[in-house]
Amino acid sequence: MANREINGEGQPPVLTVNNLKTHFFTDEGTVKAVDGASFSAPAGKTVGIVGESGCGKSVTALSILRIVQKPGRIVDGEIILRRADDAEPVDLAKLDAEGGAIRAIRGGEIALVFQEPMTSFSPHYTIGNQIVETIRLHQDVGKAEARNRTIELLRMVGIPRPERRIDEYPFELSGGLRQRVMIAMALSCNPKILIADEPTTALDVTTQAQILDLLREIQARTQMSVIIITHDMGVIAEMADDVIVMYLGRVVESGPVDEIFHRAKHPYTQALLRSIPSIFAAPRSKLPTIAGSIPHPHNRPAGCPFHPRCAERMMGKCDVHIPRLRPVSRRQMASCFLYHEPDEAPIT
Amino acid sequence: MTIRSNSGAPLLEVRNLQRFFPIRRGLLRRVVGQVRAVDDISFHIDRGETLSLVGESGCGKTTTARCILRALKPTAGEVLFQTGAGEVVDTASLPKAALTPYRHQMQMIFQDPFSSLNPRMTVFDIIAEPLLASGIKNRDQRRARVENLLERVRLRPEFMQRYPHAFSGGQRQRIGIARALALNPSLIVADEPVSALDVSVQAQILNLLLDLQDELGLTYLFVAHDLSVVKHISDRVAVMYVGKIVEIAETDQLFKAPKHPYTEALLSAVPKPDPRLRSERIVLQGEVADPAHPPAGCYFHPRCAHAIDRCRSETPPLEEVLPGHRVACHRARELSLKGVDAPPSPHPQQLRTL
Amino acid sequence: MSKAKPPPTYESPFQSELDEATFATAAEERVSVATQWQLMWWRFRKHRLAMISAFVIIAFYLVALFADFLAYADPHKTEAFRSLIAPQPIHFFDEGRFSPHVFALVGKRDPRTFKRVYEPDPTQKVALRFFAEGYAYKFLGLFKTNRHLIGVEDGNAEELIFLLGTDQLGRDLWSRMMVACRLSLMIGLAGVALSLVLGVLLGGISGLYGGAIDTLIQRLIEILRSIPTIPLWMGLAAAMPRDWGVVQVYFAITVILSLIGWTDLARVVRGRFLALREEDFVLAAELAGVGQMRIILRHMAPSFLSHIIAATTLALPNMIISETALSFLGLGLRPPAVSWGVLLQDAQNIQTVAISPWLLSAAIPVVIVILAFNFLGDGLRDAADPYG
Repeated sequence: MANREINGEGQPPVLTVNNLKTHFFTDEGTVKAVDGASFSAPAGKTVGIVGESGCGKSVTALSILRIVQKPGRIVDGEIILRRADDAEPVDLAKLDAEGGAIRAIRGGEIALVFQEPMTSFSPHYTIGNQIVETIRLHQDVGKAEARNRTIELLRMVGIPRPERRIDEYPFELSGGLRQRVMIAMALSCNPKILIADEPTTALDVTTQAQILDLLREIQARTQMSVIIITHDMGVIAEMADDVIVMYLGRVVESGPVDEIFHRAKHPYTQALLRSIPSIFAAPRSKLPTIAGSIPHPHNRPAGCPFHPRCAERMMGKCDVHIPRLRPVSRRQMASCFLYHEPDEAPIT
Repeated sequence: MTIRSNSGAPLLEVRNLQRFFPIRRGLLRRVVGQVRAVDDISFHIDRGETLSLVGESGCGKTTTARCILRALKPTAGEVLFQTGAGEVVDTASLPKAALTPYRHQMQMIFQDPFSSLNPRMTVFDIIAEPLLASGIKNRDQRRARVENLLERVRLRPEFMQRYPHAFSGGQRQRIGIARALALNPSLIVADEPVSALDVSVQAQILNLLLDLQDELGLTYLFVAHDLSVVKHISDRVAVMYVGKIVEIAETDQLFKAPKHPYTEALLSAVPKPDPRLRSERIVLQGEVADPAHPPAGCYFHPRCAHAIDRCRSETPPLEEVLPGHRVACHRARELSLKGVDAPPSPHPQQLRTL
Repeated sequence: MSKAKPPPTYESPFQSELDEATFATAAEERVSVATQWQLMWWRFRKHRLAMISAFVIIAFYLVALFADFLAYADPHKTEAFRSLIAPQPIHFFDEGRFSPHVFALVGKRDPRTFKRVYEPDPTQKVALRFFAEGYAYKFLGLFKTNRHLIGVEDGNAEELIFLLGTDQLGRDLWSRMMVACRLSLMIGLAGVALSLVLGVLLGGISGLYGGAIDTLIQRLIEILRSIPTIPLWMGLAAAMPRDWGVVQVYFAITVILSLIGWTDLARVVRGRFLALREEDFVLAAELAGVGQMRIILRHMAPSFLSHIIAATTLALPNMIISETALSFLGLGLRPPAVSWGVLLQDAQNIQTVAISPWLLSAAIPVVIVILAFNFLGDGLRDAADPYG
């Protein structure tokens, strides 16, 4: 319901996240890592989730795949995955996290690419072994066929001489190649959704450019839906069709990429965009900044989480009520009292 | 050890600096090869300016910085540093013990705000440690100085008794900067000082560094991989590739009109934070050369779109093609490469629409 | 928090970096100035099993300290007539009144086996008295006394009370077990203390200097660790002169145990040194001109002290179990010394165990102490790095 009007055209989105809340119950108190996130991922499009550390973007991804580590768990919300056209949509939030249903979806319909590919491979097996195993786990194919498919995949992600590389161990590959292998592994079961969590953060710029190109090219070919999670506004501007901006577990703004970058509504988005060092800046020029730093998740401020750092805060309103994500233009939504009045009672 | 006295000399001059790391194999740990991490580089930094060393991981920029600070001993070359007294010393050749009087004139800001502060010491102890080492035994004196330093980096002096774990990444970085400033250094080597920080905090630290430079007349050697950050802070930029400087020029010049194909590709690869600038980027093929087995000729030639036969056999020297603009490319004078120009339109000032 | 003076100007018009402290609550303020040891303690406190174990271990060491007081019979006094008496339950109430007593035993000969058997006689109640007089000993090694926690009214405790039964030579097992705590627990401490010195010294040198010294020490450790421990112990124990006294054997065993024990600690110390040498804050101190001694004492030592404490705690049970094993095999402490291992030696014979299973009771404190040390060590290890 939340984002229907934003990406309304065409068929219904493959994945819809509604009011997702993932909290961590630690000894020091409850950390509301994700506290009411809503968005949807249409087929063939890229959704970018952007935010700084502690904004909950990675936990959102983990929640979708149901691999949130203890003491965290989903406390509310739904994650609707639309499967093949005739099948009933499933609510991933309701599935048993250890059950067979979610395990079939994980790595099957939804695949994940991590920031550090080294840690997501076992160092004891060749990359070929690991991809072949993934393929055979999800599909009923023979060993030889799975191996051929693996070579094909490695070629597709631009690995030179894949028939030789397939028998190498992860540590024998460079960072860029490892990330390509990771993508190949993610693609091995023809996922409908690819979640890429900081896929290029550990890479150098020139390698990053290669990987981003690769992701775009594969998406154009497979028409899958990509959810790219990053802190880098540059990557978002390059890749995303729709953008979700998160701050301290809440979505502060969402909308098409051009709107977000050129007609941002939320003061946080505006300030964040202004504070990015630009390659076009004059040398030795100062940047506008956002004052203060991101609060520790244990002491999230009351009211709007951004209000202590916000230049446009209205005391008595922003520090008391929590703003809801509401439409602010035809295709854009923001949670800010500049655009709507608070609900009557203070919400905690 | 004092070579000469010359007040007109740059604050720091690096000449033919080399640092190799031996590759050892086998039971007897025999040396079977060398990683040429820094391979014969020369540059200078004038007093009060900021020179940035940029390049991708493994290009030798951090090794260079550490050699200058003598956290690493250079394999060869000179690091000529002009001391406060106006003498020029070669810190590369001094024995470690003789370095002590010059240590406090060069200080370092680290990349990781977490590992660079001892978690078991209070902020006061951390910042006061260089003071203590330099012989200020009076605690009140140190206290006054630490208070002053904390204010300089915009932190509350009352925070002094806290431990680093009470601070955010940005605040810790400020503490690290305060420590570096404690002994009034003339040269600050900043190794990726903002790359571990959140975007909204990055800008604060960059501004702080610019302010401090104006207030204290500091000279920075700024090591970074992020070209956007480099653009904001530097007067001049040196681009490194596999242990060598391939291009060095004034910031504007280098960004607007790069002369080396690698610089051009680097600039092009930077994701621009504006979806309207999605354009055809130059995507380099292949991987960065292995510094243990660099290719013959120009190290960049296997990935270079402009390579000719000469590039495959002959190493290009770093030559001045324009005043103050030096490039190591055989074709620097003939190629016309694309840089990044001023933005097509400034970021539209956002207006409230409701 | 009030501002002492106007803050330095900062880009942001409404709030400076300085104002962030206003968010801090009293509890956070406390954490923000907490030392390493406070943080460790807060963390350790949450580890319930480790906390319980800590109390158990303290209790055991108290027992060791007051062993003679807790015993009621002279642990060395043999008496053939009291051989292999079964444990005897204490009755706490007598006709509804609190009056702890045991039933007196009547010794008879089994007419078929000719074995001496003892049967309780419920009509003869032996009242227990607290702080009764018994055999004479030196309290904490300071002054002579003959008071014990329990005893009997004007009579000989060793002739009347047998809480855990007696061994073949008629010595009271309860009293022997109390006294055995002393040697068994102390040998662990002494052994670990010795390995600690060796480990920190050699590990520190190894990690600090590196190069040839490091290689030499590392090879030495590998060689020591590759020697099978039991044959090594046997060899060393056999080399001990038979005429050595209890104390001499005790020290010799300690040395033998720590000869192996130090290698683990040395590895921990070396590993920490190597890791710390690469830390940025150590480089920062070096660049600030801080002397090497101060870097080691101020920056490096505090960061691995807690790890060493944890490693030591985990090494203690090894020592204790090694002593027990050695003595059990007859290679370690020998009678007249009393340790858990020595006590268990009596239970070597399957026939004896079948007839008198109480001889195995010395295994219970061994198991409890080892478990407690392991849990405590785990808790300490988890708490050791509060910044991790």
